Amino acid sequence: MDFLTILQILDSTVRLATPLLLACLAGLYSERAGVFDIGLEGKILAAAFFSAAVAFTSGSVWLGLLAGIAASMALAALHGVASITFRGNQLISGVAINFLAAGLTVVIAQTWFLQGGRTPQLSGAARFENIVLPGAASRIRDIAQQGPLGQIYSELISGHSIIVYVALAIVPLTWWVLYRTRFGLRLRAVGENPAAVDTAGVSVVGLRFAAVLIAGVLCGIAGAYLATALNAGFVKDMSAGRGFIALAALIFAKWRPWYALSACLLFGFFDAVGNRYQNIQLGEIIVPVQFMQALPYILVVIVLAGLVGKAIPPRAGGEPYVKER
Amino acid sequence: MDKMPKWADVILIPVISVVLALLVSGLVVAIIGESPIRAMQVMVRGAFGSAYGWGYTLYYATNFIFTGLAVAVAFHARLFNIGGEGQAAIGGLGVAIILLNVAWPHWTIALVAAICFSALFGAAWAAIPAYLQAKRGSHIVITTIMFNYIASALLVYVLVNVFRVEGSMSPETARFAEATNLPTASDFAGFLGFGTSAPLNFSFFIALLACVGVWLLIWRTRLGYEIRSFGHSDTAAVYAGINPVKITMITMLISGGLAGMMAINVVMGEAERLVLDFVEGAGFVGIAVALMGRSHPVGVVLAALLFGALYQGGAELQFEMPAISREMVVVIQALVILFTGALDNMVRMPMQAVFLGLRRRREAAAPRTPAE
Repeated sequence: MDFLTILQILDSTVRLATPLLLACLAGLYSERAGVFDIGLEGKILAAAFFSAAVAFTSGSVWLGLLAGIAASMALAALHGVASITFRGNQLISGVAINFLAAGLTVVIAQTWFLQGGRTPQLSGAARFENIVLPGAASRIRDIAQQGPLGQIYSELISGHSIIVYVALAIVPLTWWVLYRTRFGLRLRAVGENPAAVDTAGVSVVGLRFAAVLIAGVLCGIAGAYLATALNAGFVKDMSAGRGFIALAALIFAKWRPWYALSACLLFGFFDAVGNRYQNIQLGEIIVPVQFMQALPYILVVIVLAGLVGKAIPPRAGGEPYVKER
Repeated sequence: MDKMPKWADVILIPVISVVLALLVSGLVVAIIGESPIRAMQVMVRGAFGSAYGWGYTLYYATNFIFTGLAVAVAFHARLFNIGGEGQAAIGGLGVAIILLNVAWPHWTIALVAAICFSALFGAAWAAIPAYLQAKRGSHIVITTIMFNYIASALLVYVLVNVFRVEGSMSPETARFAEATNLPTASDFAGFLGFGTSAPLNFSFFIALLACVGVWLLIWRTRLGYEIRSFGHSDTAAVYAGINPVKITMITMLISGGLAGMMAINVVMGEAERLVLDFVEGAGFVGIAVALMGRSHPVGVVLAALLFGALYQGGAELQFEMPAISREMVVVIQALVILFTGALDNMVRMPMQAVFLGLRRRREAAAPRTPAE
C-alpha cells in the first residue's frame, strides 16, 4: 500500500465522516439540552430528499440546501411539539419521525418524479462542486507527480465540497457556543438540571426548542450534503443508518464536540476501508467486510458497557420537564 | 381520583388517536392528488375482500402479533425494546440451524424444536442489552438499536459465508426438508376458500397461543405482578423486595424470545429457507402495535390485524393506484406511532377536561347525600 493509497482512504474518510459529523453535532445540541433524539436518521433522510428535489427542480443547489434545512427543521419542530410541549416520550417520537421520513420521502418522490421513489440525477449547478484550493492539483495524474506534502495538500485537504469545510468549522464553533457563551451554559444546565434553570427565570421550553431546532438545521445540512455532494440525487433510504452511527459517535464522544470530530472520523474511516476492501487480511485472520460495517455499533456497546471509559449522558436527558412537582 | 373512566382510557383514546392518524394519512393522499376515499376502498377490499387477501392479512398479522407482544411485555416493565428487528433476525438463524441440521420425521416435532430455537436465539440476542441495562445502566434503547445493526451484519455474513448453497449467488440457505413444512391455510382451512398461494400458515395459532400465554404471565402470575410493579415504580418494587436485575433480565429474555418466534411464521412457514432481510421491518411495526394495543394481548391482536390489513392493502394499492407508493403504509405506521405514542397527551388532555367537566356537572345536578 503506497502513500497515495493511504491518502485516498483518508480523503474518502473525510467525505464519509462529514454527514456523520453534522448529524452528531445536531444530536449533541439536542441531547445536551436534555432531549434525546433518535430521529436524526429521519431528519437526514427528509433533508436529503427535499434538497435533491428542489435542487433538481430549480437548478440551484443553494435553494436545495435551504429546502433540505426547512424539511429537517419541520421534523425537528414536530419532535419539539411532541416531546417538549406535550411531554410525550422522546424515544417514541424519534421512532415515529424516522418512519415518517422513510415513508413520506418515497411517497412524495413517486408522485413528483414518477421514478420509483427517487429523484433524477443531479448535475452542474444542482450539485455542490468540489473546491480546488489555490495551488492544489485536481487530476490524479498531477497529484501522483507531487511530493508527499503536495500530495497531502492536493488529495486530502483540497478538493472537497464547501460543506465539508463548513462542517469542520462547526466543531470549534460548537465548542465555543457550548463552553464560552451564556446560551451554551444555559443549554448545558437545562440538560442537567432544568429546575435550576427554571428557578433562574430562564425558559426551559424555549431553550429546549432552540436546541432541537439547531439540531434540525445541522441534520438538514447533513442530508443536503448526502444527496447533492456525496451523491448526485436522492434514492430510497439513502441515509442508510447514518443517523444511528452519528448517535453512536455521540455516545462514543461522551457528548463533547472535539471528541465528536474524532469519533466521526474514526467511523468514517471504517466506512472508507469497508468500501475499498471487501475482506481485510491481518496475518492469519481474515476480517470480513460485515465486521467492519458492524464495528461502530460494537464499539458503542463496549463503551456503553463501561469497559472502556464511561459515557455518562446529560442527567435530565429523556425526561420531559414538568414545572410543579 | 381517576380523571377518566377506564373504558375511555383503554378504548376511546386509542381509537381517537388512530382515527387522527388515518385522517392525516388521508390528507397526505389528498395532497398528492389522489382520492383518499378510493384509496381506502382499495385497501379494505385488498385486505378483506377475498380469501386471498385474508390469507396475506392474517399472515402479516401473525408477524406483528409476535413482535407486538415482544414490545408490550417489555413496556410492562417500562423497558423500551426497540431491538425486535435484530432479535427476530437471530431467531430466524436459530430456526434455520435446527431445521437444516436434524432430519425431522414430522412437522409437529420440528415445530416444537423451531419454537424453542427461535425463542432461545431471540432471547440470547436480547440478553446482552438486558444485562448491560440491569448491571451497567447502559440505556437499553441505544444498545438494542446497535444490536439491530450488528444482527443484520451477522446475518449477511452467515448467509454469504456459511449457509449459502454451493454454486448459488443468492445469500440464502438451502430449502428445509419437505417434512418440516408447516400446514398452510389451504391445508387446514381450504373449505374457507384459501388457495395455495396465501402464505397464512399454522404459526397463526402459535401466535394466538402466545397471546394467551402473555396474558396469563402478566396478569395471573407472581412474575407478571413483579414485572408490572417494577414498571410502575422501580424504587417501590425494590422496596417490596423485587430484584430489579432479575426482572429486567427475565422481561427482556421473554421479549426477545417472542420477537425471535416471529421467524417461525416467515422462515419456517412461508419462505421455507432463511433469506436475507426476512424481518422487513416487522420488529418496528411491533412498536406501533404495542402502543396502539395498550400493551394488552387483545389490543395487540386487534392492532396487528389492522397493520396486517395495512400491509396487504398497501400492496394492492400500488397495483390499483400507481401514483401512491407502497411506502404510504410506512407513513400511516409512523402517524399511528406518533399519535398513539408521542402525542398521546395531545389527545388525552382535552379528553380529561371533557370527562372532568361531565363529572362536575353530574355532581352539581345530583343532590348531596348527608354523609358528605
